[in-house]
Amino acid sequence: MYETNYHRAGSIAEAAELMAKAEDGKLLGGGQTLLPTMKQRLAAPSDLVDVTKIGEMNGICEDGDGVAIGAATTHAEVAASDLVKQKIPGLASLAGGIGDPAVRHMGTLGGSIANNDPAADYPAALVALGAIVKTNKRDLAAEEFFSGMFETALDEDEIVMSVRFPGASASAYSKYPNPASRYAMAGVFVAKAGDGSVKVAVTGAGQDGVFRMPEMEAALASNFAPDAVAGIAPDADGLLSDIHGSAAYRANLVTVMAKRAVAAA
Amino acid sequence: MSKVSMVLNGKSVSADAEDRTLLVSFIREVRGLTGTHVGCDTSQCGACVVHVDGKAVKACTMLAAQADGADVVTIEGLADGTALHPVQAAFREHHGLQCGFCTPGMIMSAVDMINRHGPGNLDEKTIRHELEGNICRCTGYHNIVKAIKAASDQMAGMAQAAE
Amino acid sequence: MAVEGIGARALRKEDKRFITGKGKYTDDMVLPGMGFAAFVRSPHAHARVKGIDASAALAMPGVDAVLTGDQLVGDGIGNIICGWMIHSKDGSPMKMGAWRALEPETVRFVGQAVAVVVADTQAQARDAADAVEVDYEELPAVVDPLSALEPGAPQLHPEAEGNLIFDWEIGDEAATNAAFDNASHVTRMEISNNRLVPNPMEPRAALADYNDAEEHHTLYTTSQNPHVARLVLSAFYNIAPEHKLRVIAPDVGGGFGSKIYIYPEEMVCLWASKRVGRPVKWVSDRTEAFLTDAHGRDHRSEAELALDADNKILGFRVKTVANLGAYMSLFSSSVPTYLYATLLSGQYNIPAIHANVKTVYTNTTPVDAYRGAGRPEATYLVERMMETAAREVGLSPAEFRRKNFVRSFPHQTPVIMCYDAGDYDVTLDAAMKTADYDGFPARKAEAASRGKLRGIGLSCYIEACGIAPSAAVGSLGAGVGLWESAEVRVNPVGTVEVLTGSHSHGQGHETTFAQLISERFGLDTDAVSIVHGDTDKVQFGMGTYGSRSGAVGMSAIVKALDKVESKAKKIAAHLMEAAEGDIQIEGGELKVAGTDKKLTFTEVALAAYTAHNLPEGMEPGLKEGAFYDPTNFTFPAGTYVCEVEIDPETGKTEIINFVAADDFGKVINPMIVEGQVHGGLVQGIGQALLENAAYDETGQLLTASYMDYTMPRADDVPSFSLSTHETLCPGNPLGMKGCGEAGAIGSPPAVINAITDALGSNDLTMPASPEKVWALAQSGMKQAAE
Repeated sequence: MYETNYHRAGSIAEAAELMAKAEDGKLLGGGQTLLPTMKQRLAAPSDLVDVTKIGEMNGICEDGDGVAIGAATTHAEVAASDLVKQKIPGLASLAGGIGDPAVRHMGTLGGSIANNDPAADYPAALVALGAIVKTNKRDLAAEEFFSGMFETALDEDEIVMSVRFPGASASAYSKYPNPASRYAMAGVFVAKAGDGSVKVAVTGAGQDGVFRMPEMEAALASNFAPDAVAGIAPDADGLLSDIHGSAAYRANLVTVMAKRAVAAA
Repeated sequence: MSKVSMVLNGKSVSADAEDRTLLVSFIREVRGLTGTHVGCDTSQCGACVVHVDGKAVKACTMLAAQADGADVVTIEGLADGTALHPVQAAFREHHGLQCGFCTPGMIMSAVDMINRHGPGNLDEKTIRHELEGNICRCTGYHNIVKAIKAASDQMAGMAQAAE
Repeated sequence: MAVEGIGARALRKEDKRFITGKGKYTDDMVLPGMGFAAFVRSPHAHARVKGIDASAALAMPGVDAVLTGDQLVGDGIGNIICGWMIHSKDGSPMKMGAWRALEPETVRFVGQAVAVVVADTQAQARDAADAVEVDYEELPAVVDPLSALEPGAPQLHPEAEGNLIFDWEIGDEAATNAAFDNASHVTRMEISNNRLVPNPMEPRAALADYNDAEEHHTLYTTSQNPHVARLVLSAFYNIAPEHKLRVIAPDVGGGFGSKIYIYPEEMVCLWASKRVGRPVKWVSDRTEAFLTDAHGRDHRSEAELALDADNKILGFRVKTVANLGAYMSLFSSSVPTYLYATLLSGQYNIPAIHANVKTVYTNTTPVDAYRGAGRPEATYLVERMMETAAREVGLSPAEFRRKNFVRSFPHQTPVIMCYDAGDYDVTLDAAMKTADYDGFPARKAEAASRGKLRGIGLSCYIEACGIAPSAAVGSLGAGVGLWESAEVRVNPVGTVEVLTGSHSHGQGHETTFAQLISERFGLDTDAVSIVHGDTDKVQFGMGTYGSRSGAVGMSAIVKALDKVESKAKKIAAHLMEAAEGDIQIEGGELKVAGTDKKLTFTEVALAAYTAHNLPEGMEPGLKEGAFYDPTNFTFPAGTYVCEVEIDPETGKTEIINFVAADDFGKVINPMIVEGQVHGGLVQGIGQALLENAAYDETGQLLTASYMDYTMPRADDVPSFSLSTHETLCPGNPLGMKGCGEAGAIGSPPAVINAITDALGSNDLTMPASPEKVWALAQSGMKQAAE
């Protein structure tokens, strides 16, 4: 790791100020992706601004029919939250399956979505649930927020403060992990809204990161059953292909994980 | 360079360290506690697991500065004086270690696992799943799983007896 | 603690330090004033080094020196050698390309070191290593071993035309061809054995300290065999004469073969310490380990098995190409030859065998012995062929094997080995019974009702361990003898220190070896300590690999114990005025048979050292040494049964049950033996299902971290059902055969035989990744539907 300057921000304003002053600053959440990247010398920020101790960025609260989760809330906290389990069980189970227990103790919601790793789990939940990302500057709809592999709509000095997840009448996440890294090779989040509409979002498989499956959504809106999606697969052309799985294999996994998510929802 | 202070195995410690210093380097090099090991660069092997404020974390994926002000427990701080922690004793009793290199991280993860699920609430499947972040190349996991199960059950018995 | 002799499940004496964080591994060692080394490594698989500019690095804070290959060669440091000479079938010697610890001219694999930086801190050394500018001229690379043998392939070494290292054969080709002429059935397969990365959890490390006043080097390092390291560093690399070089292998976090060898980094630390005048430490990170630790396996074979009308084997014909990577590592030539082809007879009567092995250079990390070393490759070949042949001729896999089992011993195979003892029916029967093989059809039907595919597979392995009779391996090309030494020191207070040339890096020697003393003298195991891993303490030893610590290392201890016992009895007889033949040792006491006269072991030990009243002419003291040279290899064998369930939708394979029935001869500590089997099984299952070192065409290692190289984790594997069945090895005093490698040797074919059984398709290579299994499951279901 190259040398860097660590700062611990006490407030969002302070974090913004530290970022503005930094030559090449990076916000630090749990650091579970950023620090390994820095250790491999693939990233070399001049300054790290730790936002995890900012009070208003921590915690989970009820928000209408859904929940609002502070960006610095850890995966373990989301997974263990009775409120999340009750309102959006699929979200709690997704958080409980990110990384491993030690990673979940450090990794944060904000850090995960701001990185937008194409194999990260959270983006699928945000998109399928129609979440709103609240930053220190604006509110962004999830689909607007994720703009491509490792790309988001965030400005350089913009800080994710929290995410508002609308409630769902049914939700579940099913993923097939990469055997080595245990990141998602294909992760499918299925959410049925109160009005009966359904959203299906896929992570791990797409070349541009998370994407929706409109054909599956339509099929599930009329028949919310695993069989409804059994014959629907994404076009393999837009999918990732690597030593762990070809695009065709990932396309199959999307179908299978969608079936299993619907069954679990 | 910043001053980093923490409570390490019950003792207040403070030292200057470069900001890039990882918690594991702080523990091993600055404080000379070499029981916490480094087995990979990508946060997967778990040889470096310690407890920060009561939670298992990977000390190779945390800056020492992030742990400033925290309560940190390493493998050296787990036993109560000369009395081994039940998980340590169970690893020996069930031959849950061979070369010993992954062992400190395994034990720290196992203690955390038992704490989170509550003593006596672990079955083999859960233990195997919970060990996702700890790699062992020697034991084939068979005896590690046995040791954790035995320790969890024994700790439940101890808790019951105490009531 | 207690008296815990042979057969006791004694808990490990070494555990306390490991479970409390008090183990001392090489990276835990700190010397005053030490600096840190970081290596500048080639990003290219094949390139000419046109120039190295270290000026920017040298100007960085804390940097002592940047040293290069020209300086290393200039200082007379020798090339890295392969210590086992193999001759091609035309009589020509193997073609060893020059391998320098820092390469001044041509790099041949990604990660090869061209320079080293020494600085005050590890971070400074790594920062500076990044700043060393190396001007490379890229050359075409070749990665695939078959392509490397093709005309026009990029050439690695001027010494090896066509990248061919040797073209070797074993067995009677004419007799084997004749067997095929008379065959009523021939089974043919192309079988590959995937390249693996050993991955002990402790990465390699070295701490070298040169004392210029004494002209003496000390090296702390992660070695399975510190004496061999010292010998090679002295005799071939010109670091220092042996008496000026101390090698210490302290606690070592696993080896699995990869820590046998003396690598460039360790010798560069020794040389650099002298050059810069301070102790120099280097610790590998995991990616460096992937790039530079010797890899394992990587064979491509064609095999043919000839059967007569009664399904008895007539002959076995094998052609293998073994990829040795960019350079010949220390044992590399022996692995695909004498550790491989000599096991092609398996547990079977095969009248004629012929194998041809070509070894080849490629622009990949050097390949050498990894747990099993040659024997897993042989077992995989034989046991895949046996299962396939059984399917083809319509016999049950067990029946076909039974028809061909060796049942009379000694049994001379056509490929050198002479099996001394075994009972293959016993382990096969035991494994099948434990696995409820007969109940499998019902389980398969039940799984099918849930949409899952079940399969069951067998593997009846044999291996040659207890490596090895010195004269025999010498005649086959080994550069060293493979005996072991031991010294038993009884202290005046009656405690015992055993100095051994074996090295424990997880095997539990401190416990198992102490059990021998406990058994012999009735002493508490707490009264015994095992000393190993330091060339200043132990006179010599060949180290630990090839499942040799029991059969060879403990045999040396037994020989030394015989001498100690004899002397102690003489002293006791003298003191108690009895005949030596009447002295019996029991419960820590030396007694005169039929009387109540006795002396404690401590009293006898003290008498040996006070020397006030010893038999006429006897030297004082109670300390004896012994060298043990085995008379033959040992032949552990057994049967493994694997039952799998496949999810055809994802291709995920779950191991439902895995049964191992092993014959290791005499077992000293069943608990430790079981642990060895568990670990070996998971490495073998890892090979079968998960692990693969994958290169792209340009020679970049695609699996250079745990993000891409699939290490078996706890939820990838089941708990195991084990049993042992004892036929004693007649070749050594304890009747031991060895247990360290069996699991890794026997398990891959059992797994693949089970998966191919479930899929009804034999077209599967290791690792049986979910995608491969999914594709076969889908085409199988499509066929079934048509």
